[in-house]
Amino acid sequence: MSTEILMPALSPTMTEGNLSKWLIKKGDTVKAGDLIAEIETDKATMEVEAVDEGVVLDLLFKEGEANIPVNKAIAIIGDPNEKVEVKKEAPVEKVIEEKKIEKNIDTKIENKKNDIIDTPSPKIEEDRNLSSEEITMRQALRDTMAEEMRKDNKVFILGEEVAEYQGAYKVTQGLLEEFGKERVLDTPISEHGFTGLAVGAAFKGLRPILEFMTFNFSMQAIDQIINSAAKTLYMSGGQINCPIVFRGPNGAAAQVAAQHSQDFSSWYSQVPGLKVIAPSTPYNAKGLLRSAISDPNPVIFLENEILYGLKGPVNNDINFSIPIGKANIEKEGKDLTIITYSIMLQKSKEAALRLKEEYNLDAEIIDLQTLRPLDTKTILNSVKKTNRLITVEESWPFGSVGSEIANIVQRDAFDYLDSPVIKVNSADVPMPYALSLEKLYLPQVDDIINAAKKVSYIK
Amino acid sequence: MKKLQKADYIKMYSFMLKIRRFEERAAQLYGMGKIGGFCHLYIGQEAVVVGILMTIDKNDSVVTTYRDHGHMIARGLDPKRIMAELTGREDGYSAGKGGSMHMFSKENNFYGGHGIVGAQVPIGTGIAFTHKYNGEKNICRTYIGDGAMNNGQVFEAFNLAALWKLPVLYIIENNKYGMGTSVDRAAAGLDLYKRGEAFGIPGEKVDGMNVFSVIEAADKAGKYVREGNGPYIIEVQTYRYRGHSMSDPAKYRTKEELDNYKQTDPIEIVKAEILKKKIATNDEIEKINKDILEEIKNAAEFATNSPFPKDSELYTDVYL
Repeated sequence: MSTEILMPALSPTMTEGNLSKWLIKKGDTVKAGDLIAEIETDKATMEVEAVDEGVVLDLLFKEGEANIPVNKAIAIIGDPNEKVEVKKEAPVEKVIEEKKIEKNIDTKIENKKNDIIDTPSPKIEEDRNLSSEEITMRQALRDTMAEEMRKDNKVFILGEEVAEYQGAYKVTQGLLEEFGKERVLDTPISEHGFTGLAVGAAFKGLRPILEFMTFNFSMQAIDQIINSAAKTLYMSGGQINCPIVFRGPNGAAAQVAAQHSQDFSSWYSQVPGLKVIAPSTPYNAKGLLRSAISDPNPVIFLENEILYGLKGPVNNDINFSIPIGKANIEKEGKDLTIITYSIMLQKSKEAALRLKEEYNLDAEIIDLQTLRPLDTKTILNSVKKTNRLITVEESWPFGSVGSEIANIVQRDAFDYLDSPVIKVNSADVPMPYALSLEKLYLPQVDDIINAAKKVSYIK
Repeated sequence: MKKLQKADYIKMYSFMLKIRRFEERAAQLYGMGKIGGFCHLYIGQEAVVVGILMTIDKNDSVVTTYRDHGHMIARGLDPKRIMAELTGREDGYSAGKGGSMHMFSKENNFYGGHGIVGAQVPIGTGIAFTHKYNGEKNICRTYIGDGAMNNGQVFEAFNLAALWKLPVLYIIENNKYGMGTSVDRAAAGLDLYKRGEAFGIPGEKVDGMNVFSVIEAADKAGKYVREGNGPYIIEVQTYRYRGHSMSDPAKYRTKEELDNYKQTDPIEIVKAEILKKKIATNDEIEKINKDILEEIKNAAEFATNSPFPKDSELYTDVYL
């Protein structure tokens, strides 16, 4: 049997090459791995090895011949006793075997699984298991982690100051005492390293809860979060999942300035493979953190330092959870919709009260709870009812969660809108230190009211 | 050192040759446009992974860089499915979604195949953490290229591994070049195996062209790690015959340098030993060569005939 040796493509862009030198001659016996020729490409001269074995029956080009197309036969090897028919016309063009994939239009942005989450978010007003006592958000988070650690030995927590110090914000208070140092681990200040370590542990089957002292420091580790945690299930063809929760305070605290006040909600929400959650109350913090810890995917759980002290009733059932991907209609209304999440829920509620009192506007408030996958159904239903929308969030304005919502609404509810969507965001600058400027930077109740007036055409 | 049986010699020779033939065939398929993107070949480095393989337990874990085809073959994975991943087909180990640099086999404890230089080092350390956490006696072998040895997260991982006494064996595959930059132009201090010293991690340098040296070092290091003493570093001095990737003409080194290394070809060393010890005859070796050539040819055939992933696969495996 004879084999053709083809002009190889030695780079992804090469279409033809020059045969600068033969290292074999007719009649030679070649073995796999032997050098056979030097080929000059657009970039350099490279040696080519044989992969098949046999006697060189013919060399089809002379040394020095130029512009030989990729995949054209340049030599024939085989058994000398066998009659050979040389195909003169080998395929000239590099064959690109590619199927057409349906063009990615942005209606496909949401993972299909999102559509099947149809359990509504439980409503605190209707919850019959509500505790009589009010606890802080901090305690709600702590209790949920402890409950899940009791249930599943594979759940452990690591991060800076989570163990002996009891948590930089006391969210992990008492966990070391109950679960020991094997499951509550103080790490060095080494985000890139311990995040990669936790991702590796999750690949191998553990369920880490990784606390970033604040999400600002997650930037040190963002490669491991995105390139490793978010993408490996896909890159492994579904073999290796990464059940991990990255949690910690996100966004502004109080006067900690530019490097310690950043909001990462839209950064992480952009990434397929991640789920992103932003709780706003002790009640939903509990239900959402339970879902996050139980989820087989990497979850970004964005807390807020100022909310840690917020008190409220919770559901103490150790199996109580709030589904990921479901928004909560915090307050029903008919005149306009305010979509918000995390700490801006409080300001939105304050604004809604004043809108009613001062302008007789009945605002509907939607607390997203989950940012990715986004509950587009609840958003669209509300807009179709109120016909006016403002989004309120702490992140920078460019490409924010509100930007995506505005896009979805103009695409899927265009005819229902009575006015353009208006976004309320932080100022498009790094966070300043001065108290006065910080206040100016962050969305305030008055900003929300002004936006609501604008979409309602009230001067 | 581990006592080698006759069968071990044949196993070593076969695996090393299989890796080389596989890579040559991959280069050919790349040349024919059947393999796209980046494709980093392991030719010349075979003794490293095969030497380590001889000391491995099947429940040990492995994580490596993007130069991973040989690592998968050494892990006993099917060349057909590896090649099918290179050609981006549905029978590939990652169903055609990973490609050359991102291949995994969870059932064989092979955790990639990582495309970001250095990222596999904390990950391997975390896999070792899991072995310890679960009370298993297994260790994680984490391969590192010489280029990654200047990457910050590697040192963060060393610190954590030593701090928590994790069962991780770090294997630096020093093939002298990080892409086109030679080690002496990238690293201050050429003894990469000493870079764990500050953390109390022992290290040693090994001749990576000689599989027997690799086995000896890996055996000793593996025992140290398995006994719960914490991490260990071996720096294996090796050489890649090919460029960094398929499109690299490797003009940053001389032909003499390459030829010099080819004089100590790792496969020839094993072959000579087999003949010297009369473990197999020339004819028997020839038979092995033929069988491997055939196996790899079939792998290429399989990989070019396997279907492309279905369009609907675009949206699967994003979430579990």
